[in-house]
Amino acid sequence: MARPIRILVAKAGLDGHDRGAKVIARALRDAGFEVIYTGLHQTPEQVVEAAIQEDVDGIGLSILSGAHLTLFPRIKQLLDEADAGDIVLFGGGTIPNEDIQPLLDAGVAAVFTPGTPIATIVDFVRRECGKRVEA
Amino acid sequence: MAKLVNGKGESASGNGAVEASKARWEAQFDTSAKLPGANDRTLSDHPLKPLYGPEDLSGIDYDRDLSYPGQYPYTRGIHPTMYRGRLWTMRQFAGFGTAKQTNQRYKFLLEQGQTGLSVAFDMPALMGYDSDHPRSLGEVGKCGVAISTLQDMQDLFAGIDLGSITTSMTINCTAPVALAMYIATAEAQGVPQERLGGTMQADMLKEYIAQKEWIYPPEPSMRIITDMMAYCAKNVPKWNTISISGYHIREAGSTAAQELAFTLADGFAYVKAGIAAGMDVDDFAPRLSFFFNSHSDFFEEIAKFRAARRIWARHMREKYGAKNPRSWALRFHTQTAGCSATAQQPENNIMRTAFQALAAVLGGTQSLHTNSLDEVLALPTEKNVAIALRTQQIIAYETGAGNVIDPLGGSYFVEKLTNELEAAAEDYFRRIDEQGGVIPAIHNGFFQREIADAAYVYQRELENGERIVVGVNDFVVEEEQQISLLKIDRAIELEQCERVQAYRASRDAGMVESALAAFKRAAESGENLMPHYLNCVKSKATLGEISEALVPIFGRYREPAFI
Repeated sequence: MARPIRILVAKAGLDGHDRGAKVIARALRDAGFEVIYTGLHQTPEQVVEAAIQEDVDGIGLSILSGAHLTLFPRIKQLLDEADAGDIVLFGGGTIPNEDIQPLLDAGVAAVFTPGTPIATIVDFVRRECGKRVEA
Repeated sequence: MAKLVNGKGESASGNGAVEASKARWEAQFDTSAKLPGANDRTLSDHPLKPLYGPEDLSGIDYDRDLSYPGQYPYTRGIHPTMYRGRLWTMRQFAGFGTAKQTNQRYKFLLEQGQTGLSVAFDMPALMGYDSDHPRSLGEVGKCGVAISTLQDMQDLFAGIDLGSITTSMTINCTAPVALAMYIATAEAQGVPQERLGGTMQADMLKEYIAQKEWIYPPEPSMRIITDMMAYCAKNVPKWNTISISGYHIREAGSTAAQELAFTLADGFAYVKAGIAAGMDVDDFAPRLSFFFNSHSDFFEEIAKFRAARRIWARHMREKYGAKNPRSWALRFHTQTAGCSATAQQPENNIMRTAFQALAAVLGGTQSLHTNSLDEVLALPTEKNVAIALRTQQIIAYETGAGNVIDPLGGSYFVEKLTNELEAAAEDYFRRIDEQGGVIPAIHNGFFQREIADAAYVYQRELENGERIVVGVNDFVVEEEQQISLLKIDRAIELEQCERVQAYRASRDAGMVESALAAFKRAAESGENLMPHYLNCVKSKATLGEISEALVPIFGRYREPAFI
């Protein structure tokens, strides 16, 4: 049997809103994935370091402070620099629709906005992060 | 003993005619009728009966439990005249970009008839970092206004007379820095600190519980807050030193009962800390105020506000020995529930906000912020913030909701729910006491776990369709996001960083150094820190420098991270 998918749920920047991150972390765990939560106020460097150390298949980043256009691309860049570009970066939070395309262009695999059913996120993780388990 | 029941002092059980009518109704009531989803319970999963009646008032003693407005235990309101004398303060929370931009918004809001100011600070200011700190990257001016220096604060209030307006500031670990900057700004305008009116949130306990913006661990944070309370009691007597906040606890996913219980438990912890620091409870308790959420379950919210007043009054008089009625009366600000707003069909948020605001008014709030329809997506535009303010004005001037004091007092349902929420809060107080109090319960993650559990229960109810949110999991339409959003230009961050650097370059470095050195010595010696915060600000030390100075002494807080 293949090993379970491992996901790092991350809070980056100074944002303290952790309701969504915790709900997603629990839901992913209940869906059978291994979930690691970084805790609050991580720098992009800390997030990437944790992801590599824990050998995760995906990073789910939650940002509600408006800093998404800075933090997502920075984390993606650090992943690539660390030769860990195969780790799937996805996320959500208070992100206006018009900012989604620029994030996708920067290499973010998916952006889930408020109200997204958890099943949609679970399906995404199983499909996209599952590829790394098989590889 | 004054009974509330039917005016003749008869209890329901002793009245044969009532019993017979009740039996007839029960026979006719269709027990197979099912409410959709979870609607047989409140939004907080509190069980509901289909009907409340005289039996639900049994045990209520009017004089002991309700009394008249302005009288202990203040269940019906803290003022004898309530809104017939003065409406609640319409106070819209605002702040974004640079101080100059926010200053323009304040002037707009005042022109629109707003009656008080409320400052939203950006994340760096809330966490003790200057705008040009590496950790501030991407966050400057985003969630609120960027404030790093006394100059920023002076720009924020340029042309606004601080002697004639009251200002609320939502800031916590850096609250003493903001207060010092505000006092210094007022002094420069010629307004002495004795005349300043306003509110500092400064509620660190709920930061560890829910909002999660901190610098130092809880113990030194409590010392800083008691220093502020003592300083203000003597020097800024009209200032509300702590706004004990349930808002963020609720936004983090708590139930109504948890919001009520955890907020009041925090309030009692500040009272104990003040008494332990040698203050007379009546010297500082009248300046404590509260800040609650108003969520979508209309009656539950009204009952929560009424229960909060009664619990506070009882504990303050009976347990903490307060003698001044102003120490017993719980004053509160309300904000409608941001977490109830939806990104889908955002115009519907206007209606949600209106009902929530009405609940706050029927619950006797002293001031109110109504969320704008677009706040779930970004900071509100001028147009949307005007609609939110108009919502309050419509409640005030068109609905008649404020014309009769506590109009739901005596409602079988509302009184019963008020009692049940009080009982639920008392139960939590016991559980917190068993853990040794609020701070030990923070360290062991009790509050955080309770809230995360409640948030997850709600999310599951939403996922399985037990809870309906219009436009999100039912009545869904395909839509493009068409409302226009306020954008914070990224150039603002660079501009603000340059301003902070220019400020540092222009000052007398020796003065800054000696002010910070004296500040650190005071932290070690136990001297009141507030005069030192003022001295540092006036010596042109920045918010980040002042905050960082005490880290080697007090340490930096690390949250126990768990799912």
